[in-house]
Amino acid sequence: MKALRPLGLLALLALAVLFPLLFPNPAVDTVAVLTVLFATAVTAWNTFSGYSGYISIGHAAFFGIGSYAVAILCQDWHVPGGYLPFLLLPLAGLIAVAFAIPMGWIALRTRKHTFVILTIAMFFIMQLMAFNLRSVTNGSRGMSLPIPVSWSGAFYDLPFYYVGLALLLVAVALSWWIRNSKYGLGLLAIRDDEDRARGLGVRTGAFKLTAFVLAAFFFGMVGGLHAYFVESIFPAFAFDPLIDLMVALMAFLGGLGTISGPLLGAVILVPAQQFFTIWFNKPGFYLMIYGAMFLAIILLLPQGIVPALRGRFTKAETLAGPVRSGDDGDVAAAVAWAGDVGDGERGGGA
Amino acid sequence: MSLLQTRAVSKAFGGVQALDGCTLGVERGSLTGLIGPNGSGKTTLFNVMTGYEAVDGCTVTFDGHEITNATPDRVFQLGIGRTFQLTRIFPRLTVLENMHVAAQREGWRSLFGRWSSSREHQRALELLDFVGLTRLQDVPAGNLSYGQKKLLEFAYVLVAEPDVILLDEPAGGVNPTMIHYLTDRIRELNQRGVTFLMVEHNMEFVMGLCDRVVVMNHGEIIAEGEPEAVRSDPKVLEAYLGA
Repeated sequence: MKALRPLGLLALLALAVLFPLLFPNPAVDTVAVLTVLFATAVTAWNTFSGYSGYISIGHAAFFGIGSYAVAILCQDWHVPGGYLPFLLLPLAGLIAVAFAIPMGWIALRTRKHTFVILTIAMFFIMQLMAFNLRSVTNGSRGMSLPIPVSWSGAFYDLPFYYVGLALLLVAVALSWWIRNSKYGLGLLAIRDDEDRARGLGVRTGAFKLTAFVLAAFFFGMVGGLHAYFVESIFPAFAFDPLIDLMVALMAFLGGLGTISGPLLGAVILVPAQQFFTIWFNKPGFYLMIYGAMFLAIILLLPQGIVPALRGRFTKAETLAGPVRSGDDGDVAAAVAWAGDVGDGERGGGA
Repeated sequence: MSLLQTRAVSKAFGGVQALDGCTLGVERGSLTGLIGPNGSGKTTLFNVMTGYEAVDGCTVTFDGHEITNATPDRVFQLGIGRTFQLTRIFPRLTVLENMHVAAQREGWRSLFGRWSSSREHQRALELLDFVGLTRLQDVPAGNLSYGQKKLLEFAYVLVAEPDVILLDEPAGGVNPTMIHYLTDRIRELNQRGVTFLMVEHNMEFVMGLCDRVVVMNHGEIIAEGEPEAVRSDPKVLEAYLGA
């Protein structure tokens, strides 16, 4: 089983790389571009919110900042359409970072619900600024990005898809690396009991802020890429609260804090959104389905798909009963109690 | 000079004076018990010593360094480990991962190494063996029994090789065989030079283990000395029995 894993991952990677060649249909490829963009965003978001337990509903602000950064830079530096705007993406990410450091520094002084509310507030402050700082953002009239005129309709999606896929691979690799590092373990400890972690020498403040800012860096790049992909941006769409809800929903559906879960969430939800939009023939109807899904996930699959499946597979193997997060199951407690007595006796005899 | 020393520590929560001029010294290599009725300020004193509670106008020193109002991570790095009355472990991490959280390293670069480096891994396994939890190393810590959680918390405090360990009710809610087991572990560590300060309500446990007992009541230290002397001190009897 374990030996098959690298093979499975390679097959998935090959599928991702070959996807636009296997399905050379522009409508399908547009969905694929959006999927890799959201998958990148949710992976980065999960590296902060999933690992540390600080649920941010404001990272879409950095998506918007990245969008405007690329639009403004292209306009001011007269960047022509083509491959050049892609080179601006790391810069867009860094601009998002410049905003994220003070915002995170303030927001991370609070916890739990207060933190969620603060991130939402910060998001709307940024959106209002995009509407009102007309000299910078052109207000509600929006901005246009350079159009790559030489790219044919059939070719158009490909550069975006592959740049997006490259970002996704970097985000996933980083997420995996962090999960296996001392730093990541510190984030997980913060999720479980922040004060306790601090009492064991974990520098909680620095850990949380770096993860918050790292996620913002990816949101900035994804926002920039998305802006270039859709060719024009407006405050209400660049700073779209639905992006945050989508990202959170993807992570919760797939499995918060896991690496594959958020990816699975993105692969399910982005195409589903496009499908529902076409099916109902009206934009926005999919939101009702999403609302129902959110309820269903919380009631039926509170841990998400990946941990639920994993729990099913390992159930029989683990000594202490079903692997559940947080609370003790009755069975688990009983089994563990039996083990406890055994240990005590062994210790007592020694 | 005492290894851990507080001078005139006072702390009030609103109108409640939790600590009132507590001066307490813990000698190097000692096993000191801190007892007193519920609400007498024992845990608050622990919190002040370990940076969980801020105070002003008094001093806490450890091994000659002033640590008054130092942050909990700093206090831990200096060599004071503690456990909590309501055991605090990381429930969704495995037992082994819990051990590795406590093994924080110096410097930023080291943070990006794998958490399970070989030397720390070896040390974590030794300590799990020491408290008898080796068999459960891959189980999420939330699935352990209450007594096992206490042992795990005790074990991961040991990871950083602290000079002093503050135990907040180590025997509370733990079955008698486990208490016996824990006593042996504490004695063994003390022989290796670790200093202990423990809050405990189980008198048999405290009197049997500690070489010195400090009694608190209403935020003040009312008696201290050898267990036998404290046991018959009239002020102590009054505090406990209200006689």
